[in-house]
Amino acid sequence: MLRYTAKRILLMVPTLIGVAILVFILLRLAPGDIVELKLLAEGGRVSPEALATERARLGLDKSYWLQFVDWMAGLAVFDFGISMWTGRPVIDEISSRLGLSLQVAIMATILATAIAIPLGTLAALYKDTWVDHVVRVFAIAGLAVPSFWLGMLLIMGLLLTFNWIPPLTYTPIYKDPLGNLAQLIWPALAVGYRYSAVAARMTRSTVIEVLQEDYIRTARAKGVYERLVVARHAMRNALLPVITVIGLEFAFLIGGLVVTEQVFNLNGIGKLFVQTVTRGDYTMVQALVMLIAAFFIVINLLVDLLYAALDPRIRYR
Amino acid sequence: MIRMTSLSFTLAAAAMVAAPAAAQAPKKGGELKFAVSAEPPNYDCHGATSFAFIHPVRPHYSTLLKFDAPKYPKIKGDLAESWTVTEDGLTYTFKLRSNVKFHDGTPMTAADVKASYERIVNPPAGVVSIRKAAYSDITAIETPDPHTVIFKLKAPNASMLTNFASPWDCIYSAAKLKADPKFPEKNILGTGPFKFVEHAAGSHWVGARSADYYEAGKPYLDGFRAFFITNAAARVNALQAGEVLTEFRGLAPAERDKLTKALGDKVEVLESPWVCNLVVTFNTEKKPFDDARVRRALSLAIDRWKGAEALSKIALVRHVGGVLRPGYELAASDAELAKLPGWSKDVAKSREEAKKLLKEAGVSDLKFKFTNRNIPMPYTPVGVFLINEWRQIGVAVEHEQLETRLYTNALRSGNFEAGLDFNCDHVDDPSLQLIKFISADKSSINFGRYNDRKLDELYEKQARATDPKERYRLIREFEAHALQEAYTFPTIWWHRIIVQWKQIKGWDITPSHYLNQDLADVWLNQ
Repeated sequence: MLRYTAKRILLMVPTLIGVAILVFILLRLAPGDIVELKLLAEGGRVSPEALATERARLGLDKSYWLQFVDWMAGLAVFDFGISMWTGRPVIDEISSRLGLSLQVAIMATILATAIAIPLGTLAALYKDTWVDHVVRVFAIAGLAVPSFWLGMLLIMGLLLTFNWIPPLTYTPIYKDPLGNLAQLIWPALAVGYRYSAVAARMTRSTVIEVLQEDYIRTARAKGVYERLVVARHAMRNALLPVITVIGLEFAFLIGGLVVTEQVFNLNGIGKLFVQTVTRGDYTMVQALVMLIAAFFIVINLLVDLLYAALDPRIRYR
Repeated sequence: MIRMTSLSFTLAAAAMVAAPAAAQAPKKGGELKFAVSAEPPNYDCHGATSFAFIHPVRPHYSTLLKFDAPKYPKIKGDLAESWTVTEDGLTYTFKLRSNVKFHDGTPMTAADVKASYERIVNPPAGVVSIRKAAYSDITAIETPDPHTVIFKLKAPNASMLTNFASPWDCIYSAAKLKADPKFPEKNILGTGPFKFVEHAAGSHWVGARSADYYEAGKPYLDGFRAFFITNAAARVNALQAGEVLTEFRGLAPAERDKLTKALGDKVEVLESPWVCNLVVTFNTEKKPFDDARVRRALSLAIDRWKGAEALSKIALVRHVGGVLRPGYELAASDAELAKLPGWSKDVAKSREEAKKLLKEAGVSDLKFKFTNRNIPMPYTPVGVFLINEWRQIGVAVEHEQLETRLYTNALRSGNFEAGLDFNCDHVDDPSLQLIKFISADKSSINFGRYNDRKLDELYEKQARATDPKERYRLIREFEAHALQEAYTFPTIWWHRIIVQWKQIKGWDITPSHYLNQDLADVWLNQ
């Protein structure tokens, strides 16, 4: 298992290099650059010399190859460079927003898991009864309703009912738990609902499948209580695919909540991502893509290791 | 007795009505919370162009002069206590206030003003000075004593005093600039009414009252907090909930109506014409837009008068004007406008002429792509309106909406046929607004890629004309020629709508969202 883990970690390197090459090329395919946007987009009257000076300052006058080499050399020592828009270190820009995005992702995951697994299991156990129908309607609605739209409805509801909206600025939970939760519970609910719908459907399918297995029939035949049959024998096997879904959704939440963050005015990674892509802030976009790619790879690895921990039949070499 | 009582009552009532309402004395205290729809990339006034910079940063700085907002466009002193201009218009002498301190306690002197303007006029290597060209007439800056600054010009400049009131001409510390010319990009050290407290990237900006502010008793506010809210719906929600009390750029009519319906008399609406408009620009290097007949035809097709009336209900455009904002003293009157091609109220006749011109030019079945920004307000509705107007003369237009970076690149690189550009300035000033129309080799914001020496000559003459009547005549001549050639022509001028909670006092709307943002006079009635 250790050898397998080490191999997977080493495999991250070529994967990330591939991602780096792809994002570098894709960014430079689009016309326009950040200098034009920064100095001209609001009607600035700037000479071509001033534009050239600014481009040189940002290293944009170098060949693509040199730009790539500079960037990769920085990556190798975990130096992600300076934001071309703000001039601040990329690490600072990301770290000031990562806490919020992580917290929303964790809260949404907890909510989703707490809702999805019990509901999915109930739907499977009471298949084709009104319980199953209610859960399925809940799940389909969750898949059909975009989380940002649900977010907009939540905000409207709060505004019209209580004349109140969540706080506009983020305070870490250890500084002001109530203020923090007052801001983040709503996006966590909006996102968690869709997340729970996906997981609930997966849980329902896998539990139904597992309940038809021979070992379940054997356990019942031996007189094991139904509750124990489900909890000890069925769930452990049924949850394996659900863990994969939950893991991948969690990784997506880190940078994927672009519109939801706009709706709730959250200063998170998703909003930063959109802004930096729009601006053509190459260093920021590259760093964000690498971060999210690394996240996906690590989450995938953790999910695979968890699989092995839960299922003794699975052994990696 | 009854008669006397009635008479007394009547007299007392009459006295109450006749006496003017006593102005409320400003109250000290409170934090003004407002929304800003974008965030400044750095802190340097001299290299900035956006309102997103002005709104959070301006309260930390002072300028030599500033606009007297309630009496716009009147100018008053900020750091300058008084000033004189010689008869020949070549020497501007400013007497500075003696009690001004930077927020680190060091006194502000003439050397700081000189260093700041030298940075604007001759930026050191690596420093971007956006408005360098506006000060190209300055040949020398002298400081005979610590509180006197003298600017020498090479030629009279009708806009010079307006330039010194620019909100972008922040006065920096000479000592800091000497140590590091790029100091202001990442540091805030001004003499304004508020000290810098905090900038949480992507989230908010905080300023606190400066105890050393030169104007005794001001600012009234304890501080301000600007929230960066990029989503328009989120901004309106924040206003409705009272989480922010105002937003200083401007709202769309639908947003105004939503807020007034929800909040009633808790808010007040301030409206003003705006020194901003959208202009159609043709790439004159691409056929058939090298032909003035085609360009003029497309201007003639537009019913600006009816369009302004209709669009004002859904977009933040309202006013019909020429090259200068309607209502400004140097702008054409409605009667003068009606004589210009494209501004006649007989749109049927104009459209007939347009069709005739297209036929003469051999492009009766003209088709082209119209490049626009993908910003809903007001670019999209104006773009749709224009395309519909052109359809009335048989022209088929494809609407290409690009996000800002791609749009800016398309216009700059000439990768467009016709585009919707904008012209926004901090003040009504022909020397600013007319830059859009002069030759490409003189104007970095002429995307039409043409040179017209007549326009250049008229521009130069009006910039030097210190006699208002002569300047007016020259501008009319400029306007007539520019709109006849129609390389670039105005559409409809914007209209500014501010909704603010009634607690806010002391802030006056002006035709520019770049002005009156130092917040020195603002107070909260709570």
